[in-house]
Amino acid sequence: MTLQARGITVRLGRTEVLHGIDFVAQPGEVTAIVGPNGSGKTTLMRALTGEVSYGGTVEIDGLDIARVKGWELAARRAVLPQATVLAFPFTVVEVVRMGLMTGVHGDDPTLPSRALAEVGLAGYESRFFQELSGGEQQRAHLARVLVQVWKPVAKDGPRWLLLDEPVSSLDIAHQLEVMELVARYAARGGGVVAVMHDLNLTALHAHRIALMKDGRLRAFGPPGEVMTDGILSEVYGCRLRVSAAPEGLPPFVLPHTAALA
Amino acid sequence: MAEADIGATRAAAIPADRRTRARQAHIWLALLLLAVSTASLAVGASGASLWAALGKMATGEELSAMERVVLFDIRLPRLALGILVGASLAVSGAVMQGLFRNPLADPGLVGVGAGAGLGAITAIVLGGFLPVMLIDVIGNWMVPVAAFFGGWASTLILYRVSTRRGRTSVATMLLAGIALGALAGAVSGILVYRADDQQLRDLTFWGLGSLAGASWEKVMIAGPMILLALAASLFLGRGLNGLALGEATAHHLGIDVQRLKNGAILMVAAATGAAVAVSGGIGFVGIVVPHLLRLATGPDHTTLLLNSALLGASLLLLADVISRVIIAPAELPIGIVTAVIGSPVFLWILLRRRGMVDL
Repeated sequence: MTLQARGITVRLGRTEVLHGIDFVAQPGEVTAIVGPNGSGKTTLMRALTGEVSYGGTVEIDGLDIARVKGWELAARRAVLPQATVLAFPFTVVEVVRMGLMTGVHGDDPTLPSRALAEVGLAGYESRFFQELSGGEQQRAHLARVLVQVWKPVAKDGPRWLLLDEPVSSLDIAHQLEVMELVARYAARGGGVVAVMHDLNLTALHAHRIALMKDGRLRAFGPPGEVMTDGILSEVYGCRLRVSAAPEGLPPFVLPHTAALA
Repeated sequence: MAEADIGATRAAAIPADRRTRARQAHIWLALLLLAVSTASLAVGASGASLWAALGKMATGEELSAMERVVLFDIRLPRLALGILVGASLAVSGAVMQGLFRNPLADPGLVGVGAGAGLGAITAIVLGGFLPVMLIDVIGNWMVPVAAFFGGWASTLILYRVSTRRGRTSVATMLLAGIALGALAGAVSGILVYRADDQQLRDLTFWGLGSLAGASWEKVMIAGPMILLALAASLFLGRGLNGLALGEATAHHLGIDVQRLKNGAILMVAAATGAAVAVSGGIGFVGIVVPHLLRLATGPDHTTLLLNSALLGASLLLLADVISRVIIAPAELPIGIVTAVIGSPVFLWILLRRRGMVDL
């Protein structure tokens, strides 16, 4: 019961942008994909979700995602894209309700409101989606994604959340709120794979970090192993010093270290 | 107790779910269609009275030959054709807009209408060169059949151009539609130069659209195809909702996007081709009806498509009644009436929602 990718290569036009990536995520954990701009994080995510054509195989709980039907996949994993367009003036609850389309949870009328409360948007049901701020829209989409795979574990295995920069347009309080929500989902047995930008937020909540550089995995392991002075400085191309936090908290990086160097 | 109260206020704060309103609209719009249908049967250039005829039927009295002809051979097929065409124009519009994720998309926009028009013009202008025997056989069917094939052909060409490896690019399809429409218009223009006076009159009338030539024959030509397309469209609703979030997200929601797109394109081609074939180019119904319904009950396609069919049929019948009485005993082409009703509504919608991202 894992989300496993083997030998993933992706070509965009004539250039190969991912060069044979092996990646695995376990249920019950938050697996973060991090790396500099253009390192292939989002492309890897798009391969894992089947959005781009790729070489190699991606399996969710042993099912090859290229071979199973769309609705079967939708029942097992929900995807939060980095940017979403919305045509037509749907209300927030109508957008969230679209997550119920897979029919896994039937048409439980309470789910959309519960999911909205989870992401801090209780009472936003009848607002027009397009009138929300960017961060609110992002959280509304997260609610839609949550509704799609509401129970972290079902009879036939864990459910998966695949999130492409879920906190990119959020303020710090909502960043923490969303990351804690996602961590709870994993703690209850679900699997979470998230493309992340913020190294400290990642260190705080991820069990495993896949650090990418130039279309390859440079390091893959728990935050303590991946976040070292040497690895981070090399990958990001600037001098970074990792500091130890007190009392067993994960390490952190301050941009100040690069500025001072 | 206090908590229960809070819960109750919350529930009330969410205004009656638009879904409920949209479902209630099915009933209201069906009643509207019934009312307009009655009006359509009752009103006409001849003096035949629907009520007198109904009274006679109730008492078992024989109808006069005039009453029989006017009611059963003129007004009833016209009513049936109006319902079929109105519903198919509105639903084709709604499906096309869902497919293109653009509230201004319309089959007229992607060349289906222009292709059908070219077919009809070809038949009107060059039909005279056909052997007399053949004309005797096809007769009245020639123009509608040619328009129908024109609509189909343009959809198929469009589809071939814009589909690569099983994926349709919406942008390519829109642009190709504009190109096809321009080409069909140019060829039509050349043909118009070859037309004589009588043909020019036919062309003008056909181009503006009319239900005047309604007959059971035309109902039989267009009916099965339109009904099939409308029935198929009812299965597209959920998928089109998901598509509003973009193709990738629709796929993640478990929708077979390629199948959805194929279905939508075929549905639109069949419904528009058949409708244009029997009634000419009737504009604005496909854009105005879904717009008004989205304003009233929201963009949810699971209810929008059926409501569009009902309101589209009502609107077209109403326009037809107006076209029959306004300069009686002569008739105005229905396309003029829909344009006069439709274009101000359309402009009003544009102005009112100009500030909104999605129109």
